[in-house]
Amino acid sequence: MDAKILPESAEAEIEPGIPAELKPDLEPAGPLGLAGLPRGFEFSPLNARRWHNFKANRRGYWSLWIFLVLFVASLFAEFIANDKPLFVHFDGKTFFPVFFTYPDTDFGDDLGTAADYRDPHLQKFLDEHNAIEIWAPIRFSYNTINDNPPSAFPSKPTWMLTPADCEFAAKNGYAKCGTLEYNWVGTDDQGRDVLARMIYGFRISVLFGLVLTIVSSVIGVAAGAVQGYFGGWTDLLFQRFIEIWTSVPELYLLLIISSVLVPGFFVLLGILLLFSWVRLVGLVRAEFLRGRNFEYIQAARALGVSNKVIMFRHLLPNAMVATMTFLPFIMSSSVMTLTALDFLGFGLPPGSPSLGELLSQAKANVQAPWLGLAGFFTVALMLSLLIFIGEAVRDAFDPRKTFA
Amino acid sequence: MSGELCLSVRDLSIAFRSSGRETLAVDRISFDIVKGECLALVGESGSGKSATALSILRLLPYPMAHHPSGSIKFHGRDLLKLSEREIRRVRGDNITIVFQEPMTSLNPLHTIEKQIGEILLLHRGLTGKPARERTVEVLTQVGIPDPQTRLKAYPHQLSGGQRQRVMIAMALANEPDLLIADEPTTALDVTVQAQIIALLKDIQSRLHMSLLFITHDLGIVRKIAQRVCVMKDGKIVEHGAVERVFSSPEHPYTRALMQAEPRPDPAPPQPDAPVLLKTEHLKVWFPITRGLMRKTVGHVKACDGLTIELRKGETLGVVGESGSGKSTLGRAILRLISSEGLIAFMGRDLQGLTFKEMRPHRRDMQIVFQDPYGSLSPRMSVADIIKEGLKVHQPQMSSSQRDERVVQALRDVGLSPDMRFRFPHEFSGGQRQRIAMARALVLEPSFIVLDEPTSALDMVIQAQMVDLLRDLQKRHNLTYLFISHDLRVVAALASRLLVMRHGLVVEAGEAAELFRSPKTDYTRALFAAAFKLETAPEGVVEQ
Repeated sequence: MDAKILPESAEAEIEPGIPAELKPDLEPAGPLGLAGLPRGFEFSPLNARRWHNFKANRRGYWSLWIFLVLFVASLFAEFIANDKPLFVHFDGKTFFPVFFTYPDTDFGDDLGTAADYRDPHLQKFLDEHNAIEIWAPIRFSYNTINDNPPSAFPSKPTWMLTPADCEFAAKNGYAKCGTLEYNWVGTDDQGRDVLARMIYGFRISVLFGLVLTIVSSVIGVAAGAVQGYFGGWTDLLFQRFIEIWTSVPELYLLLIISSVLVPGFFVLLGILLLFSWVRLVGLVRAEFLRGRNFEYIQAARALGVSNKVIMFRHLLPNAMVATMTFLPFIMSSSVMTLTALDFLGFGLPPGSPSLGELLSQAKANVQAPWLGLAGFFTVALMLSLLIFIGEAVRDAFDPRKTFA
Repeated sequence: MSGELCLSVRDLSIAFRSSGRETLAVDRISFDIVKGECLALVGESGSGKSATALSILRLLPYPMAHHPSGSIKFHGRDLLKLSEREIRRVRGDNITIVFQEPMTSLNPLHTIEKQIGEILLLHRGLTGKPARERTVEVLTQVGIPDPQTRLKAYPHQLSGGQRQRVMIAMALANEPDLLIADEPTTALDVTVQAQIIALLKDIQSRLHMSLLFITHDLGIVRKIAQRVCVMKDGKIVEHGAVERVFSSPEHPYTRALMQAEPRPDPAPPQPDAPVLLKTEHLKVWFPITRGLMRKTVGHVKACDGLTIELRKGETLGVVGESGSGKSTLGRAILRLISSEGLIAFMGRDLQGLTFKEMRPHRRDMQIVFQDPYGSLSPRMSVADIIKEGLKVHQPQMSSSQRDERVVQALRDVGLSPDMRFRFPHEFSGGQRQRIAMARALVLEPSFIVLDEPTSALDMVIQAQMVDLLRDLQKRHNLTYLFISHDLRVVAALASRLLVMRHGLVVEAGEAAELFRSPKTDYTRALFAAAFKLETAPEGVVEQ
């Protein structure tokens, strides 16, 4: 037999011993790749097809890249916007203020408190000793107050200052125009740099959304899986419980709880989690109900495979398609909930860089449109990117497109 | 060939476009159908016969499908050149079609009257009383008993055979010139299949219409058609009068098809071998519940007190119409569904064992399912699928030992071990069924339940599968419980036979003896339908 010569032709793969005229029915099996190699590290063909469909949606594909770049950049926000230098070389010693807090005695001061690198006194001292400093591009952190503003807070973006503004500043004892530090998007009503707050706010929103999405998906998928797989009374009781649970007015409860507990990142996460996990349950439950009667599930049962393994290895991948499709949308709605709570003042603790708080400041300071515009564009960009990615994911997992 | 030409297909090609790739499904085929004649189109799945049928009514998914060449002339008009409006007037009126799956080709939300009435309204403008009269008339024609009362029935209230009759009634309603039947009997029981074929034949000769019959079953062709076209890989490799093609086939593929009958050589009964499996009064009753409190008002008796005995090395064939409880029996024995009564396997009662206590027994008893597409997880590689059982039963095994066993199992079923890293969708139906067999074999079981393992396969592949099963049985001294409605396959494998109906045993005994002289009418009807495609007198089998 010529099995060795033509390894990729399907006819040759039937072992000798079967009469040549009784070749099995052949279907065009598609591009086969390297037949003899394990495929564990590769995309399975189905996923490769999905990835292809995802890429075909140019808008979603580019949104994903833009979002990833923004998100990864915001993870390094301390290197982009910080009130401490990244690196100081002084007196033969090196310092990394971005990572460590040094007492100001290290820099020749005598107070013993943490060094404030923006303090003109300290600056002068460092300059006199020819210290080498490397700063982040924006010399404000999210909570740094601009001590040298050109006007009362909120002050305009520096590049928007007109000669009239400069005159006014000079007359009223504010900083002179030539000596200003740049606030690219102005300051908020407490004198903090809006651009820095946008960067940090983006990060905390996305992280919050991501954590909330992942945790609530894990809980939701697990609950749906148990219900769908076991069915019967488990399913019945669980469904009734969820019906009651979802009829609790979520927002009011959130307001009440967050006025009792001190709302921090994790407290808020916990509260929102109480309600967000139910969103996936119905979906996953339906997938499991459908899937548990598949013949390959029966076959696994006949092999003696345990329920846990059947659920994880055989049924979960089916349910994951539906879950994956929903994830970006759940994430954008999580971000939106957090922003809404912050806007109402029930969200993250005061002083946190939050986009909702920025928007509520904008509402209070209509004379300072840069606040509202900054908040609006950050939220709009973030949500649009997530929705575009979500649409592309939904298309990619669409079975009609996958198998078309 | 004489008489008026009804349909003339010339140089027809069909190609499908998908993600930039072109696949040619049908390659320049030509055939004619004369008025009043039945032409059969035979071939295995994927040979392009259904695509051909659908292209006549332009029902293919255009523009993904397209015709690089050819014409379909119907009474002189080229159907491929008609506008959408004009072709709609042909569909359901001059040319009608009956599909394979009666379960899904009727709309479950409309009554029979409404569905037939729609066609009458569309093409003839009939409504009200005349429409109802015509509907009753065609329903009578297709042999629906008591058609007046059936008008208000919904599809789920009818059996599979009756649904197919309704489909045929719909197709006949406007007295078409050409009826296309696309595997109309494949999804039906043998007994019902015989009835439907008799019906089609009768109607065709009575109404003097043309019939294009698509099938993979040569037995049906011989029964119904005057001429036959054999298709392979999108080409017609042979055509001619049925008698000529059957008596002296020219093309090697036609000859292979003719010889594809499963070779009868069953394992002999082993009256002295130890009893491997025994059930006593095995009952599977599904409760029928009604009302708010879900009170049990009755039971569907899928298996009603079955007592069977299976000795080592034997094959027990279980036959019967669908709904007779064959598959339920297999699953109950493996404890995949709950039952009552004794199930003794290798001397131990399995009834009442918990899931965990069952596990050690599972490696000795395995199952292979009917659907080669549904029984393999699409997301696991073949190696992972086969390995899974080993992981459960021999967790101490090293991964290289496991791999060795997988390779061995694949060799056993005649597949190349190189294929183990591929995914199920890359395989054909027959290959997948071999993989399912390898999954069962890798545990070295002594007993395998084969639940219709061949019925989803083409004839040629069926014969191969039967040979494989027999070969494996000899090599590994396996005991089979072979469940099938296809008696030709059962005859080729079973040493003993169990004929089931309504959850009860109608007849049991040694296979050879039973095939020679069946004792009950029911068994005789089954045999006649399966081997000669003959219908039974009314009342013996389901309609």
